[in-house]
Amino acid sequence: MSEAARPSVRRSPRSAGGSGLAAALGYLIPSLAVFTVFVFYPLVKNVQLSLYETSPLGGLGLFVGAGNYAQLLGDPAFLGSLRVTFVFALYTVPAGILLGLPLAMLANRKIRGIIVFRTAYSFTIAVSIAAAALIWEWLLDPNVGVLNYLLGLVHGPKIGWLTDPRWALPAVAATTVWKDLGFNVVVLLAALQGVPDELVEAARIDGAGQWGVFRNVVVPAISPGLFFIGVVATIGVLQSFGQVNILTQGGPVGATNVIVYSIYRNAFFNFRFGLAAAQAMLLFVLVLILTGLQFSVFERFVTYQ
Amino acid sequence: MLDRGLDALMIVVGLVVLFPLLYAAGTSLKTPAEVNRYPPTLVPRALDLGNYSAALETAPIARFLLNSVIQSGTVTVGQLVTSALAAFAFTYIEFPGRRALFFLFLSTLMIPAEVTLIPNYMTVRSLGWLNTYPALAAPFLATAFGTFLLRQFFLTIPRELWDAAVIDGCSRRKFLMAILVPLARPAFATLAIYAFLSTWNQYLWPLLVINSQEMRTVQIGLALLQSQEAISWSLVMAGIVMIIAPTVFLFLAGYRHVVRGLTAGAVKG
Repeated sequence: MSEAARPSVRRSPRSAGGSGLAAALGYLIPSLAVFTVFVFYPLVKNVQLSLYETSPLGGLGLFVGAGNYAQLLGDPAFLGSLRVTFVFALYTVPAGILLGLPLAMLANRKIRGIIVFRTAYSFTIAVSIAAAALIWEWLLDPNVGVLNYLLGLVHGPKIGWLTDPRWALPAVAATTVWKDLGFNVVVLLAALQGVPDELVEAARIDGAGQWGVFRNVVVPAISPGLFFIGVVATIGVLQSFGQVNILTQGGPVGATNVIVYSIYRNAFFNFRFGLAAAQAMLLFVLVLILTGLQFSVFERFVTYQ
Repeated sequence: MLDRGLDALMIVVGLVVLFPLLYAAGTSLKTPAEVNRYPPTLVPRALDLGNYSAALETAPIARFLLNSVIQSGTVTVGQLVTSALAAFAFTYIEFPGRRALFFLFLSTLMIPAEVTLIPNYMTVRSLGWLNTYPALAAPFLATAFGTFLLRQFFLTIPRELWDAAVIDGCSRRKFLMAILVPLARPAFATLAIYAFLSTWNQYLWPLLVINSQEMRTVQIGLALLQSQEAISWSLVMAGIVMIIAPTVFLFLAGYRHVVRGLTAGAVKG
């Protein structure tokens, strides 16, 4: 391809619409306009809000600098919601991977009709968080729910899954694990499909057993996929809202008051927009750290392949 | 032997994973008498559509479906257009600052929605858009993910095609519309399905910007089925079946594309 034929310099007589920056902007402006109004401006605005005391309508009041942040970091309720969010991530992320991996391995078998199983195992992708939460609210219902019915069959106690402070967070986590299972299966299956058959065969010929092949060949080969899921799931869990709003509204006594739910309450019920904006900034920092981690560690995985 | 065992295991696992949905769908078809039966029945004895008509009477589900179709349809079309235009510029036009601008696009992927939530709510409110379709759709009309996805696809199209088109006097717009768009249909399908699914399933944003009953999307509208004194779970399940039917259909019909969309993030560009 000759450089001369490409409209790279100031003006190309053959390609209508001008060249260079002006032409490019014509194509980029629709996206840039949306990003400017709904991403970049609000990002700056949110930083500003977080530095002010705000009126109930969200107007800027007194400049407090780091005041909102200081207040949050000294507030037992906020620290509690941070702790709840971390415990929630601890319940959901490892469980999601431990359940997703064997499902993905089954879905990776080369048998006839495997597409039916792949579709079934990843089906929860088609289900919204609102629908998932409502179905689980019913399954977890202390009186008519299936879970307590099954417990009753083995003479277990009747548990108020969503009203008992000890069980509410695990119950919301179980809902989340189920909802996210489909996504985990899809990503882990894609990772497994990237493992060369020859690699597995070679290990078999060398006398490695099932577990040895899994441990020493498959897991290292899919480690980028595992890591990707780990980070993406953690970021997703940090942003959980729908299931909490539907199942527990943050209760009982704050047991499920995850960060985003707490932001929602502060902004849209207590009308403390400045404080909520500062909370969102702290969440942003957490997500940035995780994303940075993803990129830096990912690169390392990619280079030694 | 082992294979037979694995086959059986796969079926059992599938049933366990799908149990909440199968049980919900089954219960939505039970008669009121059967719903209250103890022990609960797994499979309904007679199929009864009473819960569906009751759900449609309890809440304007048809209107919610229409609202969601309008929101998700607008967002999908918008993302296809804005992403195609931007991806074209990033692939086929050389201009100063191209790399920087591309990274600026990608940087929007790192900003969690919660950070822009409050200011966006205020923007929409000050525009007088609360309880309107523009509020539901406008913030999502462009996406770095879509731009990235289409750019990656455009990069796989042989450069000679572009060179030949330029020599033939083809304009940029014509090249994009007549050559690139038909060639990139698979990538467009992936983006379209991904956009529609994720918009349809939105929860927090519609909850904030919609207060009026008739403007609710399906996800927010579901709550109305629960608001009676005594919850009829079979009625709620009928509502759920109706609102997830479109995404289930899309998922089954476009499974390949759903997978490609979800794993695009895992692909190193």
